[in-house]
Order: sequence, then structure tokens, then C-alpha cells
Amino acid sequence: MGAGPPAQRRAEGARDGARPLLSVRGLGIRFKTTQGIWQATRRIDFDIAPGERVGIVGESGCGKTITGLSILRLLPGNFAGLDGKILFDGVDLASCSARQMRAIRGKRIAMIFQEPMSALDPVFTVGHQIAETLRVHSNIGQEEARAKTLEMLRRVGIASPERRIDDYPHQLSGGMRQRVMIAASLICGPQLLIADEPTTALDVTVQAQILELLRDISETSKTALMLITHDLGVVAETCTRMITMYAGEVIEDAAVDEALVRPLHPYTSGLLRSLPHLSPRHGRLPSIPGRVPSIAEMPAGCRFRARCAHAAKGCEAEQKLQDAGGGRRVRCHRFAELNLPGALHPPDAPAAAKVATQ
Amino acid sequence: MTAASVEQRREPIVSVRDLQVRFQTSDRRATVKAVDGVNFDVRRGETFGIIGESGSGKTTIGRALVFLLNPSAGAILHDGIDPLALPRREFQNHRRDYQIIFQDPNAALNPRMTILASVLEPLELARIGSHTERERQAREALERVGLPQEFGERYPHQLSGGQKQRVVIARALTLKPKLIVCDEVVAALDMSIRGDVLNLFADLQRDLGLTYVFITHDLAVVSHISERVAVMYLGQFVELGPTEEVAERPLHPYTIALLSAEPRPLPSAMRQESRIVLQGEVPSPIDPPSGCRFRTRCPHAQPLCTECAPEWRELKPDHWVACHFADRPNFRTTRNTGEAP
Ligand SMILES: Nc1ncnc2c1ncn2[C@@H]1O[C@H](COP(=O)(O)OP(=O)(O)OP(=O)(O)O)[C@@H](O)[C@H]1O
Ligand SMILES: Nc1ncnc2c1ncn2[C@@H]1O[C@H](COP(=O)(O)OP(=O)(O)O)[C@@H](O)[C@H]1O
Ligand code: SF4
Ligand code: SF4
Ligand SMILES: [Mg+2]
Ligand SMILES: [Mg+2]
Repeated sequence: MGAGPPAQRRAEGARDGARPLLSVRGLGIRFKTTQGIWQATRRIDFDIAPGERVGIVGESGCGKTITGLSILRLLPGNFAGLDGKILFDGVDLASCSARQMRAIRGKRIAMIFQEPMSALDPVFTVGHQIAETLRVHSNIGQEEARAKTLEMLRRVGIASPERRIDDYPHQLSGGMRQRVMIAASLICGPQLLIADEPTTALDVTVQAQILELLRDISETSKTALMLITHDLGVVAETCTRMITMYAGEVIEDAAVDEALVRPLHPYTSGLLRSLPHLSPRHGRLPSIPGRVPSIAEMPAGCRFRARCAHAAKGCEAEQKLQDAGGGRRVRCHRFAELNLPGALHPPDAPAAAKVATQ
Repeated sequence: MTAASVEQRREPIVSVRDLQVRFQTSDRRATVKAVDGVNFDVRRGETFGIIGESGSGKTTIGRALVFLLNPSAGAILHDGIDPLALPRREFQNHRRDYQIIFQDPNAALNPRMTILASVLEPLELARIGSHTERERQAREALERVGLPQEFGERYPHQLSGGQKQRVVIARALTLKPKLIVCDEVVAALDMSIRGDVLNLFADLQRDLGLTYVFITHDLAVVSHISERVAVMYLGQFVELGPTEEVAERPLHPYTIALLSAEPRPLPSAMRQESRIVLQGEVPSPIDPPSGCRFRTRCPHAQPLCTECAPEWRELKPDHWVACHFADRPNFRTTRNTGEAP
């Protein structure tokens, strides 16, 4: 057993004018479908500073995975177009050649996925797969690659790695596979690690191990982390900043503590209030009525309007992601006049969203 | 409440005694002890929560409770009677009172049947009442779960996940059950609509006097909805008690670790200073550890834990635990819940 430190929450250098490692501007992704061209995401703007841990949260279908994949330019076959810029260390990935991307992918930016089994090749040993990543990106011999692989497996907490390095993926448990994936993604010392729901398929006690590992690695090797998840608790435990997405757009961007205690967007507030809490409280849960609009029929103006209890004049207009002061940004023109409750709401606080009545 | 109704409420609707369920592995060489000696009562009108990690045996217990599978050993009594002892016909009728709902509403609904036809189906199979009567009941059930009339004519693909789960609930309700086993029923739903479905379960319980066995791996969901909760590990219960007791004054080292591992959406100032991170993963139920099954991951394990299995005992009123050392004062950790005072 071990005791881990609580997530550190200072936005380490992010807002001190340090040059961001990643700077996404006006990113939008379109897909070709039988019903025409669909705009899956649009107007995505955010920065990630070197070594910073940023959570991207939102409900299923809001565009988290697509945003992660577009940074690596790993978009599905029916991809129909990308707008905007993805500046990584000064280079625009949106206009890089396939060859340039291959040199960056895996070496300077790595990605891990929800289901490690589908990302690992079942016919090769885990050691072979990790060492291959290393050999593709550097000129090192087999022996040295194996030594480095062993070291990395130990680093990610695989006990007796010399006994595990020649195992095949199916011989490992779910938690060990995710550790192997993390080892493979970190072997080249990337500056940015994109983790898409890395613990969703794992049990809560194993999830705690993996989150601790990700936090520890990002702190010691100054790897920036972009953690994609639908679980606000996971972000709270792991990240310093939280970017909330809704219906293909970024709607709020703030330090985690601020977003949890005093969210500025009615959607973020409604989401935080609707979560059941660990301490028993048997009352009704406040909930957000309606559902996320589908990409085929996105409403004009604020995309949250049909579900928002605070909708008023001006909400029918397109909402800009505006500066809310203190390094925060929000896509809602009413943010300054609304005083919205967050995760620590007293049970009878005024509702952020209409409380659904049956 | 009168003394008599208090008594009635206390009489168990389900009694589980020494329940064991074993499966053959697919190569038939080994036996999985999916449930291995579990005892509990479900009280009329309560919500009884069962939590545990995947593979701990939660679904297997749920299926056994409604006789979708038969116990390998032990007994399950419904209202004091053993349904397996009933004549076949009576057994079929009896089973209607005990329904189960699963995680995936897509698997439960036929994509080629309208919503109304799906809700009608159990009534038709049971040949209850006339056709008009059945249709009236089905429409009533749809209304109960908050779906507008016109949804009856739609097909599953025209509904959202939360709406489909409501249809599945309506379908279970048409048979007017006494008890519903809910197995991970909100796990597949989006965060912003989970609250709605949990509220619906609470409303139905209040209006129809239902009893629930609520199975989930989500600690927050189980704390919110249940009056009592059981914690499962490798086919056995390790702790059982009133939810507030278990969540705030847990007795078993596994419960303590589980609560500590749960990520909470709270700011850093309200978070525990340190957390217990268990090493390793759950061992295989084919070959569980000797003695206490949690000993391979337990931070407090002693030689005694390898030698003999801890007894299942009522350490505090209504609060049961299986650990040799749960009554040691220095052992009982008061957990910082991180909640505002
Ligand atoms: N290949 C594709 N063709 C058409 N639409 C797509 C494609 N891939 C994704 N989409 C759509 O783009 C939107 C964003 O999808 P994305 O996978 O990024 O969601 P997500 O936020 O990661 O959701 P989840 O939490 O379920 O993983 C969704 O509406 C999805 O249906
Ligand atoms: N039909 C089956 N055949 C073989 N093994 C099974 C079967 N159903 C469940 N099991 C095994 O029994 C154990 C408990 O399973 P289950 O009750 O589904 O767990 P939970 O619902 O807690 O995730 C697991 O090890 C599982 O693999
Ligand atoms: S812009 Fe209007 S509708 Fe949209 S979130 Fe703000 S208040 Fe609600
Ligand atoms: S009986 Fe021993 S191994 Fe089991 S939980 Fe108690 S202390 Fe831990
Ligand atoms: Mg995704
Ligand atoms: Mg299950």
C-alpha cells in the first residue's frame, strides 16, 4: 500500500505567460455521412503549457475523442475536413505532411486509449511492441532497446518486469495492459501525452493506481497530460485545469478548483449538481432536462439554450468563448450576472438548470 | 406507523441462505465459484444496494434472486416460501412478482418492435386480461415512466438511451412486480440524465411500494439510492450495513480502500490528504486465496488471515462484517468524507 499526494492544483506556469506547448485555435472537424457533411466539432480553442495536466470533460458524443485524434491527425476514413490551427511547439500540425506527422506521433506526442487490448497487437510480446516504438524513432540496438523497455516497465509499476517482458497481451490483466500501454507511450519521452478514458474500463481500485501513475509521471518527467474523460472525479483527482465541452464546442475553461466550486457556465453547474454524492443524501437529484442535440440538427445560437434555465434575450445569438478574468473563459454571455452553484451546493441552493418535474 | 406495520415492514421479502453458484469454465476443466456462501435478507419496501468490482459476483446474485439461474447450493426464499418447490405453473406465475432490469436497454428491446408492442409483450405472454385491458395497462406503464403517449408508436432507434431505459422499466412494471433487481441500470446512461432515471426509481418506489435490489459498481449511485448496502469481494459479502454506516464508518479494510479510491469531484482543499492505494488486482475466482479472500491485497493481513476464513458477524447492530480484526480500535479508520460540515 502507498499514499499518494493529492492532485496539485496550481496551474503551474500556465498563466504566467510561458509559451504554451500546444495551442489549438478554431479547430473544427467535418465528417462525410450518408446524410451529408456533418460538423462534429467547431471553434475549439485551448492551450496546454509544458508539463500541465488538463482534463477535457463532457458527455458522450460531445467531441472529446475527435479533438484528441485530430491533434495526432488520426482521423477516421470518412473525415471530410479540418479547420483551424494546431500549434505544437510552434509548428502547425494541421498543415504537416504525413511524413512529418509520423516523426512526431509516438515520439513527441503519444496517445493511450480506453481499451488497451485493441491498441496492443495480440501476436507480439509486450516487450517487442514497446521496443519497436523506440527503435522506429531512434537509432538504438536491440539490446539497448530491451534494457530501456525493462526500465520503463519497472517505472510504470510492473512487478518483476524481466518475467513479464516476454508475455503476450492476453496473459496480462486489464490493469497491467494499461500499464504496458503507458510504458509504450512514454518510452520515447513525449512532451505531450493524450489519454482518452484511460481508466474507464478498469475497476476503481485499479483506476486509483493508474491515475496515481499518470500524475507521478507527469510531475517527474514534465510530460504534459491531456486527459479525456466523462468523469469529473477523475479530473478533480488528476488535473490542474478543466476544459468542458458541450455539443462539439468548448464551453468553459478554468482551473479545476475554480470550475468545481464556482462554475461559470450553466451546463457545468447543472452537471456538477446532478452527480450523486458519496455521502448518503436521499433527496431528489437536480437534473438537466432534455438531451444533447444531435450533430445533424444543431440549434443556432447557444447550443445549450433548450435545456438552460437561464436562457434569456441574447441567447439566440452565437456565443463567443469569452475571457472571464483570472485566466478563465466561458461561452455564455450571462456569466457575470449568474451566480451558479458548484459541486458543494447546499441541497436547497437555487437550481442551475430547470429541475425536471415528472 | 403502528407496531403491526413496522413488523410487516421488517418481514423479509427475500431471504438468501448460504447461497452458492458455480459455473464450469468453457474448457470444463475448472469451476468458477462466482458466489460462494452469501447470507442476507431484503426487507419489504427497501432499496438494498450491492457494490463490488467487476467479476465479484453481483450479476450472478441478481440472476439467482429472480431464478434466472438456479443456486448450486443454499436457498433463496421469496416471502418465506421456496419457489423451486412450487408446481411448474405456479412457479411461472410467481416469477412475475420478481423482475430484473439490466444495464443495456438496447439488448432488452427488439429493434423491429414498436415501443408499445415491447411493453405489451410480457402481458401477452402471461395472457393477463383482454386485449384492450392489456393495452390500457401498457399505456399506463409508459405514462408512469414519464414517456408521452406518442412514444408508443415509435421504434427503439428513435429514442435516446435514457428514454429506452425508461421503456425497459415500463416493461418490467406492467407485470406489477413486488421486487425489481436493477443491475447497473444507469451505467450506460449519460451523466446529465442519470439523475433523472434515479429520481424515477425513487418515485416508483414511493408510489407503488416496490422493493429494489440495486446492483452497481458506482459508489456514489449506491450511496444515493439505497438504505442498506452490501460490499462484495470475490464471490462473498465482506460487509453489510445501513448505507450511512458503511459509507461513513466502514469496518472492512476492502470497503475502506474502495471508498478511498473513489475519485471525487471536490476541490483540493476538501480532499483527503492521502489515499489508500491497494496493490495488485482481484485474484481469480477459480482459485481464490485460502483463509480471508482479501488477504493478498489487505494492508492489515496477519498469519491468521491465511489460515482461517473470518466469520461473518454482526459487529454493531445491523452492521455485519467478515474480518478477524474489524473490532480492533486502532484498526477502524474514520474516513474523511471530504464533505462540507
Ligand atoms: N467517423 C465518424 N463519422 C461521423 N460522425 C462521427 C465519426 N466519429 C465521430 N463522429 C461524431 O462526432 C461527434 C464527436 O464524437 P467523439 O467520438 O469525439 O465523442 P466523445 O466526446 O469522445 O464521446 P464518448 O464520451 O462517447 O467517447 C459525435 O457526435 C460522433 O457521433
Ligand atoms: N455463465 C457463466 N459461465 C462461466 N463463468 C461465469 C458465468 N457467469 C459469470 N461467470 C463468472 O462468475 C464470476 C462473477 O460474475 P458476475 O456475477 O457477472 O460478476 P459481476 O456482476 O460482479 O461483475 C466472474 O468470474 C465471471 O467470469
Ligand atoms: S447563453 Fe443563454 S442559454 Fe446559453 S448557457 Fe448562457 S444563459 Fe444559458
Ligand atoms: S481478515 Fe485479515 S486479510 Fe482479511 S480483511 Fe481482515 S485483516 Fe485483512
Ligand atoms: Mg470518446
Ligand atoms: Mg455485472
